[in-house]
Amino acid sequence: MKFILSVWRQPSATATGRLVDYPIDGIGADDSFLEVIDAINENLMAQQQEPIAYEMDCREGICGSCSLMINGSAHGPQRATTTCQLYMREFSDGETITVEPWRADALPVIKDLIVDRSAMDRIMQSAGYISVHTGEAPDANEILVSKHRADRAFEAASCIGCGACIAACPNASAMLFVAAKVVQLALLPQGQPERCHRVISMVEAMDREGFGNCSNHYECAEACPKSIPLSVIAHLNREFLQAGLFGREFSAAAHRVVHEE
Amino acid sequence: MSSSILPDARVPGGGMEQKWEHCLDNLHLLSPANKRKKKIIVVGTGLAGASACATMAELGYQVEAFTFHDSPRRAHSIAAQGGINASKNYCNDGDSDFRLFMDTIKGGDFRSREANVYRLAQISGSIIDQCVAQGVPFAREYDGHLDNRSFGGALVSRTFYAKGQTGQQLLLGAYGAMNRQIHLGKVHLHTRSEMLELVLKDGRACGIITRNLLTGEIRSHSADAVVLATGGYSNIYHRSTNAAGSNVTASYRSYRRGALFANPSFTQIHPTCIPVMHAHQSKLTLMSESLRNHGRIWVPVAADDQREARDIPETERDYFLERKYPAYGNLSPRDISSRAVKQVCDEGRGVGALKHSVYLDLQDAIQQHGTAFIEQQYGNLLDMYQHITNVNPYQHPLQIYPAAHYSMGGLWVDYHLMSNIPGLFVIGEANFSDHGANRLGASALMQGLADGYFILPQTIGHYLAENAPVRVSDHDPVFSATVEEAQDRISRLLAIKGKRSVASFHRELGDIMWHHCGMARNQLGLNSAIENISALRAQFWANLNIVGSATDLNQTLEYAGRVADYLEFAELMCRDALAREESCGAHYRAEHQIQGEAKRNDKQFSHVAAWHFQGDANTPQLHKEPLNFDCAKQVERNYR
Ligand SMILES: Cc1cc2nc3c(=O)[nH]c(=O)nc-3n(C[C@H](O)[C@H](O)[C@H](O)COP(=O)(O)OP(=O)(O)OC[C@H]3O[C@@H](n4cnc5c(N)ncnc54)[C@H](O)[C@@H]3O)c2cc1C
Ligand code: SF4
Ligand code: FES
Repeated sequence: MKFILSVWRQPSATATGRLVDYPIDGIGADDSFLEVIDAINENLMAQQQEPIAYEMDCREGICGSCSLMINGSAHGPQRATTTCQLYMREFSDGETITVEPWRADALPVIKDLIVDRSAMDRIMQSAGYISVHTGEAPDANEILVSKHRADRAFEAASCIGCGACIAACPNASAMLFVAAKVVQLALLPQGQPERCHRVISMVEAMDREGFGNCSNHYECAEACPKSIPLSVIAHLNREFLQAGLFGREFSAAAHRVVHEE
Repeated sequence: MSSSILPDARVPGGGMEQKWEHCLDNLHLLSPANKRKKKIIVVGTGLAGASACATMAELGYQVEAFTFHDSPRRAHSIAAQGGINASKNYCNDGDSDFRLFMDTIKGGDFRSREANVYRLAQISGSIIDQCVAQGVPFAREYDGHLDNRSFGGALVSRTFYAKGQTGQQLLLGAYGAMNRQIHLGKVHLHTRSEMLELVLKDGRACGIITRNLLTGEIRSHSADAVVLATGGYSNIYHRSTNAAGSNVTASYRSYRRGALFANPSFTQIHPTCIPVMHAHQSKLTLMSESLRNHGRIWVPVAADDQREARDIPETERDYFLERKYPAYGNLSPRDISSRAVKQVCDEGRGVGALKHSVYLDLQDAIQQHGTAFIEQQYGNLLDMYQHITNVNPYQHPLQIYPAAHYSMGGLWVDYHLMSNIPGLFVIGEANFSDHGANRLGASALMQGLADGYFILPQTIGHYLAENAPVRVSDHDPVFSATVEEAQDRISRLLAIKGKRSVASFHRELGDIMWHHCGMARNQLGLNSAIENISALRAQFWANLNIVGSATDLNQTLEYAGRVADYLEFAELMCRDALAREESCGAHYRAEHQIQGEAKRNDKQFSHVAAWHFQGDANTPQLHKEPLNFDCAKQVERNYR
């Protein structure tokens, strides 16, 4: 197969960028999208030109490093798929494919296709955890959790922190990403003591980092490679309202009156 | 052979069950006020590093954490699929610390240190407790209790799991614990920072040199102790189950400064991976061993059978693992299973277009338990398989072949997890510790977290209390001298201005290693590999092409530095494989076998091989730590 990749090139954060066309031939349908970029890069380097900078690591859809806007869609055309798991059989022979970085004020471009996603880490640092010192834990089977609840917590926990939801959102909101963590921990008994504190702190951190508001466009869940369900956003909103009513220091475990899904 | 360089392993006295307790009871302690004055560098923020950072910060230490990734959540621990072992005996199937210990020792073919492995089994239960308390959503039964499954090399069910994403969930737990300490200001995180060199003063580890991957800035960092948690090096084979960035640099650079490298040739080739399908392929994706709980592995009885799997009747299929190892069957350990797969493919009975894979067939399980059950258990893995191969594994058997996966070898450490360099500690996959010549499934996560949460944070205090000198300033000449060396190396790489890409060297090196230092090894092959590696290294330094500069984000330069280290380290792996004139675990020397089964030589090789760098012009020196088995009897490893 052959393709033209029209790729965003931007030498640095402050430089202006532009799309540059790279034709490539001899590609197999089972080659992955990233292997095609690698092939272009080998050609570029052979001509003493700087290769396209982009991020990847695991190449199996779990580390969240890869992050490309492909033909205007975050992670490309296939649903529930990361860029690294996208294969050329999804494209038609001869196609011109546009490749751009995530675009959001809170995720600025560093170089070419690489963006700075540290804002997402800072939200997690604010309160995206259960506070328990090493060695403090009771026996793992002491607190039972119904399978249904555990499965739903797992579903929310499977977020890979890629940022596709943010890139896909017209407002560059991080709601799906934040909600996934808030809901995972709100569903588990271990998460109750800090439940109100957590949601308020994380929403505040999200605002501080300059992410936009959610105005229900629902592009995020469409783009999410891990199929984090939209329902987590509604759940987050309820958590936030509830925390507003009861106050940050309210401990759900001590009072057992909170709304539970 | 001199043994002065190999320190005592500091294994405590007393009965096996009491050793860890004895060790803890006799550690020197630091007061809380003094802990706050001590600064510890942790390189690597995967499971081992993140858990260590969190716990040491909780104890009061100042922690400086480094990762070349943009976030700790990207460490390759995230990719671990199948599960984590613990001897909880929740299934009441007769498990115990002793059994987990025995399985691990036997799985490692009696090439690991007994006391370390026993401690690992003792700690395993606390890891699960800790992770559940952090909100790690392990799989549960309908009644709300935690669920377990079986992994290779064990007859009990002791593996805790979160679908096929156990590593992700555990890493995010440790990441959360570390994030909490970052928020509290006790862990200072340096992302996109690659450690290039270890710095020593008067023989002690006193800091590191890093390169900022965005700006190219080379910086000195001093501390009271340095911890390496930098993961494994199976990526040396070019195509492996590891992430593209996995590397040996931190360990290898420390080796060049005097740290002993133990059993470097002990690398695990995992039996169940998606095979090479085309030339551009950059990755071999693992299909978790857990699939072998329900999948049956087979090839046609006859060579060159062209029929579709479903057209081959039961009687013309060879379920070779079940046939050869009836006691463990499809759950035989990895080294043994991989070799069995290789053997049937070498016999011409492989399947698939290139005839170099075997079937992993879920049909019986689907018939027995239904598609919904299999999907619930393995859904994400099977989706991944379909994504990559475009074949529906619910309808057709998966095709799999072994791939390079895990490094049992690593920097030598004593019972305290300290290397032979005072002040340099090594945890997780980067050390050689607990898996001997072959690791059992679901035990790397266990070891990384045992090291990070429960062992290192205790033992490091002993070093700091006992004898750490005043912290060396990062303006000390030892730092500027090492910075100069690091800078010089980068300049030399950029000055080559040759024609060949880094990837082409990596590919060629991977081929050499796969064929001569992979699943089967022999003297002739290893000797030729050493020659070929040396020639390739010369070519690399004469004809490498790097575009771009040192003062900018330059991924080719990063990659070149890592491959340059692989090109030296590969030779050490081959030397180690050559020196070990026996077969044990994953190390299979064709000269030492009985009917295709590994033939150990306990008389001569019941030791850890620890290599000491002697300068570029000389061969490294081999030191041997004898292994004594007081508790586990060294028997033939029999899975029949
Ligand atoms: C696909 C796959 C599946 C697996 N499944 C299982 C399983 O089911 N059960 C199990 O027990 N084990 C499994 N393993 C093995 C297990 O995941 C690893 O052994 C373990 O996670 C390693 O953890 P670690 O913390 O030692 O290293 P890693 O998680 O690899 O972390 C290494 C860290 O070091 C950093 N680093 C490396 N070099 C440098 C440097 N020079 N400078 C700065 N930072 C550096 C990296 O940025 C990273 O943060 C699997 C492995 C793979 C590859
Ligand atoms: S919610 Fe989905 S799209 Fe957003 S960061 Fe997580 S995995 Fe990526
Ligand atoms: S490279 Fe890891 S998710 Fe794509």
